Amino acid sequence: MKIVVLVKQVPDSGADRNLRSDDNTVDRASANNVINEMDEYAIEEALRIKDAHGGEVTILTMGPASASESIRKSLSMGPDGAVHVLDDALHGSCALATSKVLAAALATLEADLVLCGAEATDARGQVMPHMLAERLGIAALTGARKVTVDGGSLTIERQTEEGYEVVTAQAPAIVSVWDTINEPRYPSFKGIMEAKKKPVNTLSLADLGLDAGEVGFAGASTEVVSHSKRPARQGGTKVADEGEGGLKLVEFLTSEKFV
Amino acid sequence: MAEVLVLVKPSAGAVNKVTLEALTIARGLGEPSAVVVGAPGLTDQLKDRLAEYGAVKIYSAEADELREYLVTPKVAVLVKLVQEIGPAAVLIPSTQEGKEVAGRLAVRLDNGVLTDVLDLGADGVATQVVFAGSTIVKSRVTRGVPLVTIRPSSVTPTPAPASPEIVPVSVELAAGDKLAKVLDRVTEAKGSRPELSEASIVVAGGRGLGSADNFKLVEELADLLGAAVGASRAATDSGFYPHQFQVGQTGKTVSPQLYIALGISGAIQHRAGMQTSKTIVAVNKDPEAPIFDLADFGVVGDLFKVVPQAAEEIRRRK
Repeated sequence: MKIVVLVKQVPDSGADRNLRSDDNTVDRASANNVINEMDEYAIEEALRIKDAHGGEVTILTMGPASASESIRKSLSMGPDGAVHVLDDALHGSCALATSKVLAAALATLEADLVLCGAEATDARGQVMPHMLAERLGIAALTGARKVTVDGGSLTIERQTEEGYEVVTAQAPAIVSVWDTINEPRYPSFKGIMEAKKKPVNTLSLADLGLDAGEVGFAGASTEVVSHSKRPARQGGTKVADEGEGGLKLVEFLTSEKFV
Repeated sequence: MAEVLVLVKPSAGAVNKVTLEALTIARGLGEPSAVVVGAPGLTDQLKDRLAEYGAVKIYSAEADELREYLVTPKVAVLVKLVQEIGPAAVLIPSTQEGKEVAGRLAVRLDNGVLTDVLDLGADGVATQVVFAGSTIVKSRVTRGVPLVTIRPSSVTPTPAPASPEIVPVSVELAAGDKLAKVLDRVTEAKGSRPELSEASIVVAGGRGLGSADNFKLVEELADLLGAAVGASRAATDSGFYPHQFQVGQTGKTVSPQLYIALGISGAIQHRAGMQTSKTIVAVNKDPEAPIFDLADFGVVGDLFKVVPQAAEEIRRRK
C-alpha cells in the first residue's frame, strides 16, 4: 500500500504565538516551529499500516525552507522518504490555494492512502482533508480514532460528541486522525541517523504545473484585515480553604446568579 | 433584502443552539433562510424552532439516502442553493462536519472560507480568536460570497418570530458524493447532560481527581448546576474520562457563561480550550497553579473537601 502522510510545520502551541505585524501571517521567525502534533499520530498510523500490510510511507509537506527540520524529524520516526513543496510564491496562501497545491503534489504520488492529523494546532480549520478529497475525487474518512484496513477497503471509527460513527470507503482515500488513535513512537538513534540519508524530493510550483498567481497573496480567496492581542485575563478573588471553601464557592456562584 | 443561508445542525430531533446563534447573526446581514438536509420528517420536527428564531424560508432537502453519507449531501444542497439564489452569505455551524462542509463547498464554488467565526459584520468582516484565545483576527472572504462557520457560544441567540415558507429542494447525489458510507452510528456516553461545546455551564476535572471513579464528584456538581462535564488532557490521557470530553488545544473549545475547573493546573494546552469563558472558577490545592491567573474566583484547597461541601450547599439552597 502506498501511503502519503501530510505533515505541517506549526508554531509550538505550548508557547506564545504571534501573527506578523507587516503581513498578518504566522510569525515563524519568533516561534519554536514543530511538527503539528496531530500529524505525529498520522505518521504512527501509517507506519503501523505499512508494518501490517507492506508498502511505503512518504511524507508530504508544503512550507518554507525551515520546514525541512520537521521533515527530517518525521523521517526519523520511520517513513521512507519525503516530498517538500517549496516556493517563495506560496507565502500567504489561503486554505483553498493550499489545497490546490497539495492536491497537485498528491496527484504525482499516486497514493492509495493519504493520512493526516484531524486538525492543525495553528489554524484549527479541519477543512483540508475534504478539500483534497473534493479536488482528487477520492473518499474522505475524517476524525478517526481507529482505522481498519482490509485489502482495498478502509473503515474508520469517526469520533463524535456522543460516541462514534462507523464509516467505510474503498481506497484511494484520505483519512484524518485524532490523538486518540495510537501512541506515536519516539525516534530511535538509528532512526535519526537514517533519516539524514533518506530522499527528500523538493518540488516547486513550476514542477507541479501551477502558476504563482494562483497561490500566495496573489491568489488568496480570503484576507486578514487586521489583528490585535486580546487583553490577558486578570485573576480575581483567591481564597484559601479553611473549612469553608465550598461554602464560599457557592456564595460566589449565587452572587453571579448561577445558583 | 438578500437571503442569508444558514445550514441547520439538528441534534436529537431538535435544533442545535449554534444554529440559533447563526440565525441571529444572519438577521444582521439579510433575510435568514434555514437549510435542512436529512431524513424525511426532519423539517417538520425543526420548523417551529427555526420560525421562532427568524427563519423567513426553510429549504428542505429530505431523503432516506442522505443519512448514509456525511458532509457531501449538505454540500450538494448548498451548492445548488448558492448557484440559484446568490445569497449574501452562507453560515454553517462550526462543528467538525460543519467545517468539512464549508471546506468542500469552498472548493466546489472556488470560494474563500473562514472557520470558527464569532461574528460577521454587514461589511463582510469576520471576527476570529486564534492562538489559544490570545489574538483577535479580522478577516474577510475576497473571492465569492462570505462562507463562514460560526463557532458555538459566540452570540446570544435571540428569538424573532417569523412564518417561514417551506421550500422543498430535490438533491441528486453524484457518484463522487457516495464514496464514503456511514455503516453505523454508536452512542456511547450520552446522558441527559448538555452538549459540551454548547453548554452554558461546564464543570471540568483534571489530574487532581486522581481516578476515573473520582470523576463522580465532577459529574455530581455538573448535574446540580445543569452543566456539561469536561476534562483536561491529563485526565483523558490517564483514562479518568472519555476523550470526547477533553477541553483544550487538542480537544474541544468551549466558551460557556461559567467554567469550573477542578484539580486542573491550567497548562497552556488546557487554557486554549476555555479561556474565553465568561466567568471562570477554580479549585486547586496548589496556590501557584496558573489556572488562578484566569479565575474570577479561586479556592486553594483540597477538592475532595471543597467540592462535596459546595454540592451540599447547593442542594440546601435549592
